[in-house]
Amino acid sequence: MLKYIAKRILLTIPVLIGVSVLTFSLIHLIPGDPAKSMLGTKATETQLKLLREELGLNDPYIVQYGNFVGKIIQGDLGESIQSNESIAYELLQKLPATIELTIFAMILAMAVGITAGVIAAVKQYSWFDNISMTGALFGVSMPIFWLGLMMILLFSVQLQLLPPSGRLSSSIELETITNFYLLDSILTWNWAAFKDAFFHLLMPGIALGTIPMAIIARMTRSSMLEVMRQDYIRTADAKGLKKRIIIFRHALKNAFLPVLTVIGLQFGFLLGGAVLTESIFSWPGVGRYVYLSVLGRDYPVVQSTILVIAIIFVFVNLITDLLYKYFDPRIRYK
Amino acid sequence: MKNAAPLLEVSNLHTHFFTKSGTVKAVDGVNFEISPGETLGIVGESGSGKSMTAMSILGLVPSPPGRIVDGNIHFKGDNLLHKSPKQMRKIRGKEIAMIFQDPMSSLNPVFTIEKQMMETILAHENISKKQAKARILELLDLVGIPEPQKRLKSFPHEFSGGMRQRVMIAMALSCNPSLLIADEPTTALDVTIQAQILELLKRMQRELDMAIIMITHDLGVVAEVCDRVMVMYAGKPAEFSDTNNLFDNGKHPYTQGLMNSIPNITADKQQLKAIEGVPPDLHDLPDGCSFAPRCNHVMETCLSTDPELRKVGQNHQVRCLLYENYSTKAVET
Repeated sequence: MLKYIAKRILLTIPVLIGVSVLTFSLIHLIPGDPAKSMLGTKATETQLKLLREELGLNDPYIVQYGNFVGKIIQGDLGESIQSNESIAYELLQKLPATIELTIFAMILAMAVGITAGVIAAVKQYSWFDNISMTGALFGVSMPIFWLGLMMILLFSVQLQLLPPSGRLSSSIELETITNFYLLDSILTWNWAAFKDAFFHLLMPGIALGTIPMAIIARMTRSSMLEVMRQDYIRTADAKGLKKRIIIFRHALKNAFLPVLTVIGLQFGFLLGGAVLTESIFSWPGVGRYVYLSVLGRDYPVVQSTILVIAIIFVFVNLITDLLYKYFDPRIRYK
Repeated sequence: MKNAAPLLEVSNLHTHFFTKSGTVKAVDGVNFEISPGETLGIVGESGSGKSMTAMSILGLVPSPPGRIVDGNIHFKGDNLLHKSPKQMRKIRGKEIAMIFQDPMSSLNPVFTIEKQMMETILAHENISKKQAKARILELLDLVGIPEPQKRLKSFPHEFSGGMRQRVMIAMALSCNPSLLIADEPTTALDVTIQAQILELLKRMQRELDMAIIMITHDLGVVAEVCDRVMVMYAGKPAEFSDTNNLFDNGKHPYTQGLMNSIPNITADKQQLKAIEGVPPDLHDLPDGCSFAPRCNHVMETCLSTDPELRKVGQNHQVRCLLYENYSTKAVET
């Protein structure tokens, strides 16, 4: 098992080299000049030249790439062109916001998705099955930005129930320890902040969780339908077990593998920053950070952040793979 | 044994499936009884209704589309068809246990055998986990699993096919059932293992004085373990007899066909005599006798008249028009 983990971690190295090459070249393939966008349209040619020199943009690409990788290996993600802050520091500020939102959205997606999927499978072709699966179809097809905007319109503008943006109201004080606001508010016994942070999470969480929820529900349903036909379910029935135990213990554990795969993928995907959701709800996370950096042609930030996202993605997948063993003892790691 | 009151009495059982393409009469008028300690064989091809008869007894007919439309199933004097789902759950696994054809797929792959056996015992008996564990070890030892203590935490895939079937049997016997339904328990196993499993079942039966319904398409298995046999065809009993009598004096053309299709090791090499044709489509049974289209002795009346089960000897009944006037007419067999 340990050997397997070590092997998997070593295997991430070629993946990361690939990612770094890709992000590096992608950035240089798209049109636009960072020096120009930083200094504005009124900048003189001399000023631009100086800045390009300073940023090393005139070096051959291979040298630029070498510098980029060399620094990263030393743990230096570089500095943001826009803010002059250390990218590592900025990321540490923004990652918790994204992780908090992702975990919230995924818990929501799993709770609703798995429950709906199981009920829909057990009561196949019932009204619940039809309604929930039609809902799931809408869920996967729904443009997130539209859903987000509609929710803001309804809950913030019309009903004035939920805050439209940000993580915390300006009137609320919160001493940050981990930068996970829900966690911090619990650690400091700050009930008002907890409530406020929770309300801020609700809409972006629902918007972000909608697609995974729909995918999980559909996957759970089809996987459960498959498993419910298996011989061992008939055995469980013949043993005189309660329906509830047969469904949730015998069937669901068997049906969970494909669902786990989906959850792992979605989790990694969302952790990479939900650009649309974070932009709509002005959520100060990684997605919005990347989005603003792309707009500002902030190369170092885009490169480093994508690399960090790739690392996160790889590790989430590793954890998913390790969890397989719990759900299916037949799996062996080699 | 046969003088004892019947343990299970199935009368006039009809289990039908209502599908879009029509009504399938999977079980269509089955009667039999079985006494404690007795073994009844139910023989027939796939789709003859033998498994669905078993599922009807256990109350596990997939519904919809299946439903028991008529008949009675008396077990220890109570009509099982009048029991609530909850009451049936208490009978399944405790009073009536079942083992299945394929031990590879009949055990849940993601739980240890200890857990799977434990939950059966705890579902029916009011005992502690420690007592249950002691019982599991005893049972595994009884069915011939070597070093049971070491195998408790094993998963089904870590056992061989024969060992898995032993585990299934141990699990089925864990609450001392008075009736065991074995649905082709040896079909998926090697021949040598088959003999061991049958031997095991016979030994368990003697020790627990348990009745067994042995569902099979293998007449060898019937000869090995059954006291009486019911041959089923297209959802109906075709012939009913003591085992010895059936082999010596099987009357129904279908039974004779089955007998002829057993390879004979002493005879010269010859082609197996298979029964011509295929089992009928249960959606669309022929008028008259459902075996008529495949029967060597078919007569004009067979195509229009569905015969009744008729007594042709001591404990011997046949559903065939050849024997309509058995007492008066000599019949060529």
